[in-house]
Amino acid sequence: MTTPTKTSPRTPTGAPRQLENEDKGGIGTNPQRPDATLKVTGEFAYSSDLWMDDMLWGVTLRSPHPFARIRAVNIGEALATPGVFAVLTADDVPGKNVYGLELSDQPVLARDIVRYQGEAIALVAADHPEIARQAAKRIRVDYEVWEPVTDAREALGHPTWNRLHDDNAEDVELSRSAAPIHPKGNLVRHLKIRKGDPDAEADVVVEGTYSVGMQDQAFLGPESGLAVPDGQGGIDLYVATQWLHVDQRQMCTALGLAPEQVRLTLSGVGGAFGGREDLSMHVHGSMLALHTGKPVKMVYNREESFFGHVHRHPCEMRYEHGASADGKLVFVNCDIYFDGGAYASSTPAVVGNGGTMGIGPYVVPNVRIDAYGVYTNNPPCGAMRGFGSVQTAYAYEAQMDLVAAELGMDPVDFRVLNAMEEGSVTPHGQVIDSAAPVEDLLRRLQAMPLPATRSEDDAVDVRSMPGGVSNTTHGEGVRRGVGYAVTYKNVAFSEGFDDYSTARVQIQAVNGEPVVVVHTAAAEVGQGLVTIEQQICRSELGVDNVIVHPKNTEVGSGGSTSASRQTYMTGGAVKLACEAVRDRVVTLAQEKAGRTWGDLAMVDGVLVSESDGAVMSIAEALGDDIVNETREHHHRPTQEIDPETGQGFAHVQYSFSAHRAVVDVDIDLGLVKVVELACSQDVGRALNPQAVIGQIQGGSTQGMGLALMEEIVIKDGKIRNSSFTDYLIPTILDTPPMPIEMIENADPHAPYGLRGVGEAPTISSGPAVTAAIRQATGLALTRVPVRPEHITGM
Amino acid sequence: MRIKTTVNGQPHEVDDVWEGESLLYVLRERMGLPGSKNACEQGECGSCTVYLDGVTACACLIAGGQAEGCDIVTVEGLASEEALHPVQQAFIEAGAVQCGFCTPGLLVQTHDLLERTERPSDPEIREALAGNLCRCTGYEKILDAVRLAANRQPERPAGSAP
Repeated sequence: MTTPTKTSPRTPTGAPRQLENEDKGGIGTNPQRPDATLKVTGEFAYSSDLWMDDMLWGVTLRSPHPFARIRAVNIGEALATPGVFAVLTADDVPGKNVYGLELSDQPVLARDIVRYQGEAIALVAADHPEIARQAAKRIRVDYEVWEPVTDAREALGHPTWNRLHDDNAEDVELSRSAAPIHPKGNLVRHLKIRKGDPDAEADVVVEGTYSVGMQDQAFLGPESGLAVPDGQGGIDLYVATQWLHVDQRQMCTALGLAPEQVRLTLSGVGGAFGGREDLSMHVHGSMLALHTGKPVKMVYNREESFFGHVHRHPCEMRYEHGASADGKLVFVNCDIYFDGGAYASSTPAVVGNGGTMGIGPYVVPNVRIDAYGVYTNNPPCGAMRGFGSVQTAYAYEAQMDLVAAELGMDPVDFRVLNAMEEGSVTPHGQVIDSAAPVEDLLRRLQAMPLPATRSEDDAVDVRSMPGGVSNTTHGEGVRRGVGYAVTYKNVAFSEGFDDYSTARVQIQAVNGEPVVVVHTAAAEVGQGLVTIEQQICRSELGVDNVIVHPKNTEVGSGGSTSASRQTYMTGGAVKLACEAVRDRVVTLAQEKAGRTWGDLAMVDGVLVSESDGAVMSIAEALGDDIVNETREHHHRPTQEIDPETGQGFAHVQYSFSAHRAVVDVDIDLGLVKVVELACSQDVGRALNPQAVIGQIQGGSTQGMGLALMEEIVIKDGKIRNSSFTDYLIPTILDTPPMPIEMIENADPHAPYGLRGVGEAPTISSGPAVTAAIRQATGLALTRVPVRPEHITGM
Repeated sequence: MRIKTTVNGQPHEVDDVWEGESLLYVLRERMGLPGSKNACEQGECGSCTVYLDGVTACACLIAGGQAEGCDIVTVEGLASEEALHPVQQAFIEAGAVQCGFCTPGLLVQTHDLLERTERPSDPEIREALAGNLCRCTGYEKILDAVRLAANRQPERPAGSAP
């Protein structure tokens, strides 16, 4: 038997190593990813690839019921199973049996009550994963099954839209005790925005209700990790995550350990998209490892993954838009209900985004927004790319098309007439203080050539038709539609949160050549942050050889890999650390030279002055010195918004994108083929253009997926499609060509002028697709994903 | 159960394989070859695609015992000692690798496509890779990579079978 060899007694096979490659290339170029060769040869180790020769396998027992009292848990038979080393329940949680990102409300292991299907109840460790799974089935749980609360408005005591609409929301007594899922009731957050005249009147008024289904992040690398006990009561966890330090904080509470006893290392991450912001196997694996004294590996299978992470909030929305006869928006009123599921996760912040940016990138003098986040017994919902803004964009962009139609205006012209620009004020009272190129983005899309229409004489390639290789049409019943949508999205954390990032940069001469090591805890999840870190070091320090240190909790927090923030925040921290390193290298050079220059720069391995040219090599300046600097990067402070009016400087930066979708719809069968999905986006400054385009195309595809096919189907609180057989994500056949216009309006507040790019395209792509289907079919289509039966009316 | 196979040209013999283990599990956990990925383990995502006796297949859908005596090639077997395979190189250059979890399966499937089809059209590429899910890229740069690798292939004499 061939087995991997261990590198050291307590370091697993597959522990991350330094990333090193020989490519050159500073900011603005497309150097090779430092992990690219490892990833194409199969050598790159993901968190599910970790291995130690004495490791055990951990599995989780989860509740089959969405709402139930646990009367008793009997582990005897499971524990007696040969090969089983441990069976743990809520009684075995060493610290506080609770965790959570924003509110600590979720048990590590359920004790008395389960609040969603899939809630963790017990853990098993065994010497083979199948033995562990079989043993978990032998745990006897006695449930008293309760009726689940599965509708967000009902959970608040508001059964109908009429009731809501008839009452002023501020006067409505929220029924916090109606079937309370948590002791304090079912309301997680109610965000109010009040701007202008609540009684404003308009020539044209359009109302609409919209709903968005529950989307899954569907990252391909399942939740997984390896917990290694240190023999002294502490733990080393190798895990795929988005924010090592927030995991560490929650683990310390649950395990009853100090931070120095809970050390995390980022293992290879197979995509994230928000689904790894909450804990998964972190505490569970660590409990089993501490209990057994052995390394414990946990790897969810795809079915468990659907229960093992939070999803995108399903959302019910009612919007009312008023406009003057000459096409100016007068007011927008809206009610937005986010179903947060059984635990809060990041629901408060999702409500914050959904509310503050809830009318889109338009100027409206009078706005009332009520956005609610609600507990139900549905699966918990939290972060997913676009974070609260994806849902509302479906509503406000559909409304914009409806108002334009009512006015007899072109939908793009109507958007442009009401578009935000630099200096505009948002509904939450924030002045947009850098470029807001809504008009430019839309006009650029309009100017792009449309894909060719099929003529009657063309030979039919069914692969280009709705239904594809199912060969359902050769063009009969197929209608084409074109739709536009535009959006804006905040970058980094908002509402007063100081989500700083830390970077340590070291330089030394090795064999006469300068070598830089960059060390951050910021999670690389596939987006290419490791490349960006190298590029910034190369540009700032004039050194080609930049090594990326494994990411772990030995250095300060890198903040979350979310909210489109890492290039801005951790990139900014790397830049600051490089500047501090450069100051010290310049000082060393001047000491060695015995004189000073006012302008020494580090370029191509040499210290250069404007007046004297090359002064000395960086290696010569360093000699035997190792220069090492650590810096934190804080973005400009934001404010909490006023609880009654929603006014405040809430957001750090905005990212703008727009899409034009072209679709062919088979109106007989309700099948849709997206022919082209064009995007224009302001990226501020593209530090790595190839990676930026990769973000835009990947984000656009996820947005299109929600519009057309992606939904976790819930019935009576239970997930009906927890597999890739039944939860569909776009394949290469479903995904169209995606031409991109990338523009660069520098943001003066941001490092290098860059804008976070990852999320905006996920927001505007889906509404453009639905707008195109509406144009092709003439149908209202107020729910996404759009299903065939919505189109055929069957 | 004992299984004897040839993987990437090397003979492998593993003992104590439980009958329920997939070829994917045997490769990853018993042979130390975790390059083939475990994204869905139900044959939907293609991330565990390997050659089994010259035909691409999802290793998760093949029982370990079925691989007895078979010749298997995984992503770890695509590169030579000296250099990456042109398909691997094209994926890097085109920016087709983000998180990389789908990459091993896509590389094997693309390798197979280009063995069979010298200059595939875009619809042919899409059809050949329709069983490989990618969640990061939106597939545009994967198409770029396949086109790049195809265009770099020396033209084969007409009628020459791979």
